[in-house]
Amino acid sequence: MGKYRGHPEAVRALVRETEVHRDVYTDPEIFDLEMEHLFANTWVHVGHASQIPNPGDYVTTTIGNQPVLMVRHNDGSVKVLHNRCPHKGVKVATDACGNTGKFFRCPYHAWTFRLDGSLRAIPLNRGYENTGLETSHAAQGLACVKNVVNYRDFVFARLNDTGPSFEEYFGDSLSSFDNMIDRSPEGKLEVAGGVLRYMHNCNWKMLVDNQTDTCHPMVAHESSAGTAAAMWKPFEGTGAKKPMAVEIFVPFFSPYEFFEGMGIRVWDNGHGHTGVSHSIHSDYSAIPGYWDQMVAAYGEERAKAILGEARHNTVYWPNIMIKGPIQLLRIFRPLAANRTLVESYVYRLVGAPDLLLERSQMYNRLINAPTSVVGHDDLEMYERAQEGLGSNGNEWVNVQRLYDPQEAEQKVAVTNGTNEWQMRNQFRAWSKFMTMSM
Amino acid sequence: MTVPTDKDLIDFVIAEARILDELRFNDWLELFTDDGIYWMPAEWGQTDTKLVGSLMYEDKLLLSVRVERLKGLRTFSQRPKSRCHHVLQVPIVDARDDAAGEYQLYTPFHYVETRVDEQTLYAGWARHTLVLVDGRLRIKLKRVDLVNCDAAFGNIQLFM
Repeated sequence: MGKYRGHPEAVRALVRETEVHRDVYTDPEIFDLEMEHLFANTWVHVGHASQIPNPGDYVTTTIGNQPVLMVRHNDGSVKVLHNRCPHKGVKVATDACGNTGKFFRCPYHAWTFRLDGSLRAIPLNRGYENTGLETSHAAQGLACVKNVVNYRDFVFARLNDTGPSFEEYFGDSLSSFDNMIDRSPEGKLEVAGGVLRYMHNCNWKMLVDNQTDTCHPMVAHESSAGTAAAMWKPFEGTGAKKPMAVEIFVPFFSPYEFFEGMGIRVWDNGHGHTGVSHSIHSDYSAIPGYWDQMVAAYGEERAKAILGEARHNTVYWPNIMIKGPIQLLRIFRPLAANRTLVESYVYRLVGAPDLLLERSQMYNRLINAPTSVVGHDDLEMYERAQEGLGSNGNEWVNVQRLYDPQEAEQKVAVTNGTNEWQMRNQFRAWSKFMTMSM
Repeated sequence: MTVPTDKDLIDFVIAEARILDELRFNDWLELFTDDGIYWMPAEWGQTDTKLVGSLMYEDKLLLSVRVERLKGLRTFSQRPKSRCHHVLQVPIVDARDDAAGEYQLYTPFHYVETRVDEQTLYAGWARHTLVLVDGRLRIKLKRVDLVNCDAAFGNIQLFM
């Protein structure tokens, strides 16, 4: 037995009101426990239903460290199956996506499985007669994740059979998803234009923390956004049309007051978002034709309300962030205590002008690609932190900004945009979902 | 120069790689036309530059931001600085249009980028569209296809 396995009190002691112990970022045993508990007790994003429009369509992905398949069943529902043949353990599919037809067929011994994972056939079946196979683990086929919810095409799964319901877990935080989806005149999104993949040598939670860290852009991104702002300055007021890339970069370099004023909203269970009143996405140029489409679809008042939201980053605990105004989702895939794969997806607003998708793609490559200068700024900080946390001079990471001793009792709140409340909110959720099944 | 020879075109591409390896990024920017583009697709065989994600699709303004950024004292991801090294196969002149003054070249390469103790090898193909502007060759488009363009990379901070 290790330091933390079987010791929920030791796990809880890592999270204090205003600081967290470095082991949450660096300890391999904690990482293993996160995979076993945190990523099994929470509702984790699996994929988007537009990736699998037809029966037999599937994508291969992960929930924490668990290899899974998201597949479209014959009845139109979305199933999530463990990607592991019950016979010898082989992953039955390894392509990123595809169509498997009416069944999955393991490439090793040709055992086949229906789209709900149940065992369909085994070659030379008589070899199992009178062996009691029907009571074995193998007879159960590809293990099916029981708790799956398809929320307006965003698919989530909870690996553990028991735990909070989807509605209980997310509560009002789903309003950020609603707003992103409602921005389509048809109320529908589609994954579009591939995915950008970026490897990070740091703990996954550093990325999650950073999503609502509003005191770093003007410092860490001075090099990128600050340079872009300085280079655009001579053209300001000359009547020159501000390039889309400049519109995207420059707001990162806004002053502290801008971020203080934008506000942060926190929800129970570790969810929260920056940009309650405005955000770095507020002042993008209007896209010709889009407003008229929205008014035609929703009426002027409702269209105004939908497009009036400028939520910046919404964190859905544990490991995704969405940007409603530009239809973008980032998933922080934990690979090891010090290794994280970040995948950034962009969605098309069905029925809206292509120029919106073009802008989202530009944002994604300027900010989220391994070639992104903003990404370079951030990753440098994460990797320095991952190394710096090895220092024995101090074992604690501080999350104290604007701390209020009464805050933990509040399930929902709106606060100053530079408050680290959302980081504390995430760690309260971390502690809860790490230990609830220990 | 009115009509470049194949050797002129090949020498241009080889000289460009040397400029990058010598970290002379302002000189490198000068090689591009005013509307020049540097493109690194993220998909195998990618054709769409706008609605499909790319690693880079940058005009001269964005490339200039990168070059300026590399010099900044508060560019922490460049403290210490990166270095790079190109090995090119001899470029092939794929197409010549002397009337239009436009030329296509194809150059398989290996590229190494280093920073402190880390050294990363990339392999791919560069496709240059060169044009004659006032008698000098310029880059209208440099397309860089990595053999593993869809892999998950760490930081790529310089230019291939």
